[in-house]
Amino acid sequence: MAPVLFPLGDSAITIDYGNIIDEAINDKVLARFHDLQKHPLPGMIEAIPAYSSLTIIYDLFKLRSLVKQGSIYAWFAEQVKDWLGQDLAIGKETFRSIRIPVCYDGPDLISVAEQKGISPEEVIRLHLEGRYRVYMLGFLPGFAYMGKLSPKLFMPRKKQPENMLAGSVAIAGDQTGIYPLNSPGGWWVIGRTDVQLFDASSYEPCLLRPGDRIEFYSSTQCSL
Amino acid sequence: MNRVLHNRFTIEKAGLLDTIQDLGRYGQQRSGINPCGAMDGYALQLANALVGNLLEEAGLELHFPASVFRAEHSMLIALAGADMDARLNGEPIPLLHPVKLKKNDLLQFAALRSGYRCYMAIEGGLYVSEEGYSSSTNLKAGYGGHEGRALKKADVLKAYESTDAFLPSGVLPWTVDPVFETTTDHVRIIPGHEWERLSSQQQQDLLQQNFIIDKRSDRMGCRLAGDPLILSKSEELVSSAVNFGTIQLLPDGSPIVLMADHQTTGGYPRIAHVIKADLSKMAQLKPGDPVRFKLVTQEEAESSFIRQQEYLLQLSKVCRLKLSHLDHKL
Repeated sequence: MAPVLFPLGDSAITIDYGNIIDEAINDKVLARFHDLQKHPLPGMIEAIPAYSSLTIIYDLFKLRSLVKQGSIYAWFAEQVKDWLGQDLAIGKETFRSIRIPVCYDGPDLISVAEQKGISPEEVIRLHLEGRYRVYMLGFLPGFAYMGKLSPKLFMPRKKQPENMLAGSVAIAGDQTGIYPLNSPGGWWVIGRTDVQLFDASSYEPCLLRPGDRIEFYSSTQCSL
Repeated sequence: MNRVLHNRFTIEKAGLLDTIQDLGRYGQQRSGINPCGAMDGYALQLANALVGNLLEEAGLELHFPASVFRAEHSMLIALAGADMDARLNGEPIPLLHPVKLKKNDLLQFAALRSGYRCYMAIEGGLYVSEEGYSSSTNLKAGYGGHEGRALKKADVLKAYESTDAFLPSGVLPWTVDPVFETTTDHVRIIPGHEWERLSSQQQQDLLQQNFIIDKRSDRMGCRLAGDPLILSKSEELVSSAVNFGTIQLLPDGSPIVLMADHQTTGGYPRIAHVIKADLSKMAQLKPGDPVRFKLVTQEEAESSFIRQQEYLLQLSKVCRLKLSHLDHKL
C-alpha cells in the first residue's frame, strides 16, 4: 500500500505507512531511513524514523533557489515520491544483536505479577524469553521502544507518571524499554541494568539504534 | 592562529533560568535527542547580527529575573527580544544596540517590561564544549552549554579574544528594526495532519478564541488555556515525529504548542503547526498572555520564513560594515 505524505509544519514532511505497529512496516521505514542516511535528499537536514512513519526535516532557506513556483513542500514531496518509486531491498539488511544484562528486582515486579495473576518468576521468564526489535527511539535521548512483549505481560501505562531512575527496565502495552536518564515515566519497572544507554560525550551518544535486535539476560550484578 | 580564551562574565547572582543556546542540535532526533536551542531564534540572530557574529552563534537566553553579570574583560554585546530594563552600572541601556562593556562593568535587569525571553550575544561567541555539533543546553539530559545546566552564582563564562579593541565604551549609536514585516498580533498557523478531525465549529473555535498561555508552560511547550476542543473521533495514534511549533491536542481538550525542548516524537493529534516565522512571537508570550491564531497557507508560511532569514542576513552585512567602519575611523 502506498504511504500517505503530509507536511509536518512548514519545514518537514512525514511519510506515513499506517497507524500500526508491525514488523514488516517497520522494516520498510528502516530500509528507507538507511537509504536516506547514505543518500540524503537535496536540502535534507535529518530523517526521523518511527514505528510506521519516516519524517524528513528540510532546510527551507537552502531550497528557496531550487523551487521556481508553488510551495517548497510540494516540490519536496515530488522528490520524495520519485525516491519512493525506486525499489529498495526491504528487510534484507543485517541488524546488530545486542545483549543487555538485567537485574530483575524492579519496584513494580511484584505488582505486575499480581495484576497478571502469575508469579514474579514467570514475569521474568516471559521478559527474558522475548526477542525484541528496536522499532524507534524517542521520548528521551537514547530511549528505545522495543517490542513486542509477550501478550501475557501487557499492562496499561500508569495513570500518574513516577520518577524513574536511569537504567530502569520497564514495560507498558506490548513494548519494553530502558530509561536512559532519571525522568518521570509511566511504565512498570521490573528490573534495572548498569548498561549506559546515553553518553553525551561520545561520538555516538546513544547505545541503541532503530532496527537493533535486543536480548535480555539475567544478572545479579547491578550497582544501582 | 591560536585564539586566546578570556574570562568574560562572572555570575554575581543567579537568575531564574538563564542558559546558553544556539539554533538547536539538529541531526540526532533519530536517537531521541531533542534539538533544544533558543526559544526565540530570531531574537538571538538579531543580537548576533548587531555584534558582527555569525547568525547561528551561541548566546545567552535570559528569563526574568535574570542573572547579574560582572564583566571580567571588555567586550561587545547586544540584547534583543524581551525588554527587561537592562542596566549597565545602574544606567539604562537600550535593546538592539551594540554595547561595549569595560572590565568590571555590572549588567543587571530591573523589570520585565515586554516579551518573555531576552537574548544576549557576545562578540566572538561563548566558549562551550560543543557536544553533538551544537552549543545548546539540553536541560533534561544535562549536557551542552555551560555544564549542561542553567547558570548559577559564581559561574565564569569564557569567550575567545575579540577584535573590538578600537570601539569606544558604552552604547554604540546604531540600531536595527526588529520587525521584518508588518503582521497582525495573530500567531500564524498551518493545518496539521489531524486538522480535519476537528469539526468545522471546532476549527472556528480554535481560530476565533483568545487562548491564554497557561502557567504550566515551559521550554518544552506552551500550554493553551481556553474552551476545550474534544475530538469526535479519538483514535489512538502510534508515535511519530513532531516538530518545533507542532500544536498537539491533549486528551483533556487543551492544545499545547511544542517548543524548543520538545520530545522528538509524540502520539497526540497534531491539529496545527505554528509557522517558523512566528515561533519568535510565540516564544515571547508569558503565562497569562492572550494569543489568537490565524490560518495561512503553506506558501505564506514558507515565504515569511525565507523573507525573515533574508532580512537577518541583510542586517548582518550592514552591522558588520558599521563595525568595520568604526574600526578604521578610530
